[in-house]
Amino acid sequence: MSALLRVQDLKKHFPIGKDLFGRPTQVVHAVESVSFDVEKGRTLGIVGESGCGKSTTARLLMHLIEPDEGRISIRGKEFGNIGGRHPVAQLRRQMQMVFQDSYASLNPRLTIEDSIAFGPQIHGVSETLARQQARDLLDRVGLNPSVFIRRYPHELSGGQRQRVNIARALAIKPEIVILDEAVSALDKSVQAQVLNLLSDLKKEFELTYLFISHDLNVVQYISDDVMVMYLGQVVESGPVAQLYENPAHPYTRALLNSVPAQTPGQSKNYIVLEGDPPNPIAPPKGCRFHPRCQFAKAICAEKEPETVKVSGSHKAACFKLPGSVDHQTYIRLQEVSHEPRG
Amino acid sequence: MNSTTQNLSAQAFATAAETAAISRGYWATVWMRLKRDKVSVACALVLLSLVLMAVFAPLLAPYDPAQGTMLKRLSAIGTTGHWLGTDELGRDMLSRLMYGGQMSLLMGLLPVFIAFLIGTSLGLVAGFFGGWWNTLIMRTTDVFFAFPAVLLAIAISGALGAGFVNAILSLTLVFIPPIARVAESVTTSVRNLDFVDAARASGANSFTIIRVHVLGNVLGPVFIYATSLVSVCMILAAGLSFLGLGVKPPVAEWGLMLNTLRQSIYVQPWISVLPGLMIFITSLCFNLLSDGLRGAMDIKR
Amino acid sequence: MFAFIIRRFLFAIPIALAVAAVCFSLVHLAPGDPLTAVIPADAPAEVVIAIKEAYGMDRPLIVQFGSWIQRAVQGDLGVSVATGRPVMGDIGLALSNTLTLAFASAFIGFSGGILLGALAAFYNGTWVDKVATAVAITGVSIPHYWLGLLLVIIFSVQLDWLPSMGAGPGGSSNWRWDWAHLQHLVLPAVTMCFIPMGIVTRTVRATVSEILNSEFVVALQARGLRASRITLHVAKNAAPTVLSVMGLQFGYLLGGSILVETVFSWPGTGYLLNTAIFQRDIPLLQGIILVLAMFFVALNLLVDVLQTLMDPRIKRG
Repeated sequence: MSALLRVQDLKKHFPIGKDLFGRPTQVVHAVESVSFDVEKGRTLGIVGESGCGKSTTARLLMHLIEPDEGRISIRGKEFGNIGGRHPVAQLRRQMQMVFQDSYASLNPRLTIEDSIAFGPQIHGVSETLARQQARDLLDRVGLNPSVFIRRYPHELSGGQRQRVNIARALAIKPEIVILDEAVSALDKSVQAQVLNLLSDLKKEFELTYLFISHDLNVVQYISDDVMVMYLGQVVESGPVAQLYENPAHPYTRALLNSVPAQTPGQSKNYIVLEGDPPNPIAPPKGCRFHPRCQFAKAICAEKEPETVKVSGSHKAACFKLPGSVDHQTYIRLQEVSHEPRG
Repeated sequence: MNSTTQNLSAQAFATAAETAAISRGYWATVWMRLKRDKVSVACALVLLSLVLMAVFAPLLAPYDPAQGTMLKRLSAIGTTGHWLGTDELGRDMLSRLMYGGQMSLLMGLLPVFIAFLIGTSLGLVAGFFGGWWNTLIMRTTDVFFAFPAVLLAIAISGALGAGFVNAILSLTLVFIPPIARVAESVTTSVRNLDFVDAARASGANSFTIIRVHVLGNVLGPVFIYATSLVSVCMILAAGLSFLGLGVKPPVAEWGLMLNTLRQSIYVQPWISVLPGLMIFITSLCFNLLSDGLRGAMDIKR
Repeated sequence: MFAFIIRRFLFAIPIALAVAAVCFSLVHLAPGDPLTAVIPADAPAEVVIAIKEAYGMDRPLIVQFGSWIQRAVQGDLGVSVATGRPVMGDIGLALSNTLTLAFASAFIGFSGGILLGALAAFYNGTWVDKVATAVAITGVSIPHYWLGLLLVIIFSVQLDWLPSMGAGPGGSSNWRWDWAHLQHLVLPAVTMCFIPMGIVTRTVRATVSEILNSEFVVALQARGLRASRITLHVAKNAAPTVLSVMGLQFGYLLGGSILVETVFSWPGTGYLLNTAIFQRDIPLLQGIILVLAMFFVALNLLVDVLQTLMDPRIKRG
């Protein structure tokens, strides 16, 4: 089955700081060679600590930030602002996004109806029709149109606003919806309702989701496949069940360990994630996770591990994996006594 | 699945019923709040009557403002027939103060209004497009910020020569940079909000995004700022006339009247105070109204 | 931070150049020939050309600007068209008088403003606060040239307590720190102090009440710190903001004194500027505006640097 969305070698560096002559002094390595495929009708969860480049990836996909390098294609058609690629405007008809901050992502001066009807009108739908569709969509996301259309964002609760944001994204009739921490700011009970709504909508409109979150439980609940990011790189990816049952990368294991156990008293084989993630301004050499990894050996600080197959479509980037070219070297090396730096 | 959504709808309904207050737009809310502020209402009424007085001066004024009687020069306040006295050429002060409002109010409002239009446009372009545009526009305003406002107005007026048009021109030039700077900083902060990204993700072009999503959020704060400049402009405009750089005699204008009556402070001191008092009252009301507006527009989420 | 200060210095250079360009181009805003003041209307053509050559006005604009700047840097701002004296000497004398007046009004206005603003913030909502707010709004709303006139009427005309004209007895234009001269300073200084007093009151009130309401001060109070210690904390945190406002206001006092100086015939730069405008003395006009604007640029620079040094939070790198 060929991929609906294919992303290859996406890269973005941000210059920061200014020296005497106004030149950038440092570079943030926000997203480094990120590649993945999403198949039609599936949900890809993207997880990682804050600052790992999840949200930047989302904005790069929408071309809200111009990527430095990389290819983004839908059904084999490549989109971008470079000559020879299909225009970004077309990409934005097929892919939409829901943001984390439900308040900041709605124009406070526009009514709910105006906000939802804005997008379709840009694409040539008549105002009357766009308004009718806005009402239908409001109804569909569980908000009574006759009550809500004339309201302003500040008159709604966080959950209601996020439903409006979902309706706004769907108004363009996209195939792919990026949900960037879309339920993270909501209360647990509201979160569950919105997640259920998202599942329902996905079936009804045959959507494909990119679900970005730092909440591993939520990702497990909604995703078919999961991709784990660390400091702008993908460290592990695969079907949700395999990845959660049998995490291959030490970082994924550590992340999953940090999640409160579902069954109380259940023992875990502890891998502790110590310290804050290192600074993306000066990412460590070699494997970016090595300063926090308890399995790190000398090679990890020198060489970047390549992504290898674990089983089926389950892949990870670590020298510990037998598939890794340098696996033998890794095995022979002494373990370095691990003193977490942070 | 259906039951879930129905449940949710019911819940949304309940929430909606709780907050069943009539939904009101932003400006309607501002208006409501402003109407409840006594000081603002009082100032608005004073300003309204000043404007009406100036506009209908030809109907209301008891005398011709340009026609004086030499015999009645510098009559005291309270003189029968001339309740506010007469000036150094024997012209009726009350009539001249009424007519004077026309020029003084116009010179206080027009420059700020033109500067508001130009400055906001410049600030929008600089803030929204950033980069090269921002550098060009903001560095130019920096140059004008290197002059104190009064000095700049007087320098330009002084170079251009006296006259109504030149005064308006120099005052407008003085107020464009500060307005552009405020508009730029508001636009920059609005541009970074998610709803602008959401609009861009909807496929809208920059012009549409500015028109629908940015302008409405920028105009408010810039407008408040511009209203606070009106009183400065009034004082500065009258100051130009006071120096002889504004309107020319025999036009009635408060600043110019203050200038010509200055010579008479040893004869009729309190008459020479009157035009300045008018400037003071007007400028005070504009300032208080601007403060009230700022308070009314500061609506928290 | 160090890089910021250096960059701020470098940044001031193009600003200063642009300011000079604006001052220079003022001549060409003026309708007619800048030399009309010295050339008789019926002068023959060859006389006009000769005079133009003498003032260097026959050369291309950019060359004129270049040599003007070059001479200005060396302290030569040309010769007054009206008096024939070097412009720089007249400006220097006038500037010292303007500075005297500006320092006096800054002293009254700033101390009054800080006191009123702080009182208003500490006694928020009481009558003290209301008085301070009233002073602040009056200060920014009052036409100061009218206030000057009002003070003259009350204290010179009616009460005959204080002189109203010039900087010293007998219209002397040489300032000296003695009683006779000080009397002349009182009215103009009080007149001019109202705007900075209003603005400083407003700034101090807003800044201090924000700090008083901030969590760290509440925590200090909860720990039972003495009021004097808390005041010290507040002062330290309010200082950068208040200082930058005061710096700007001082600049406005220098540049905005023209109206008040005219009212009191105070022999400062404003008074001189007024003379230059009405005699259409372009070299003098250019010179005064250039000197005042450069003062303002330098002042802004100083305030920015001081603020950066004082406030550790500002790390403009």
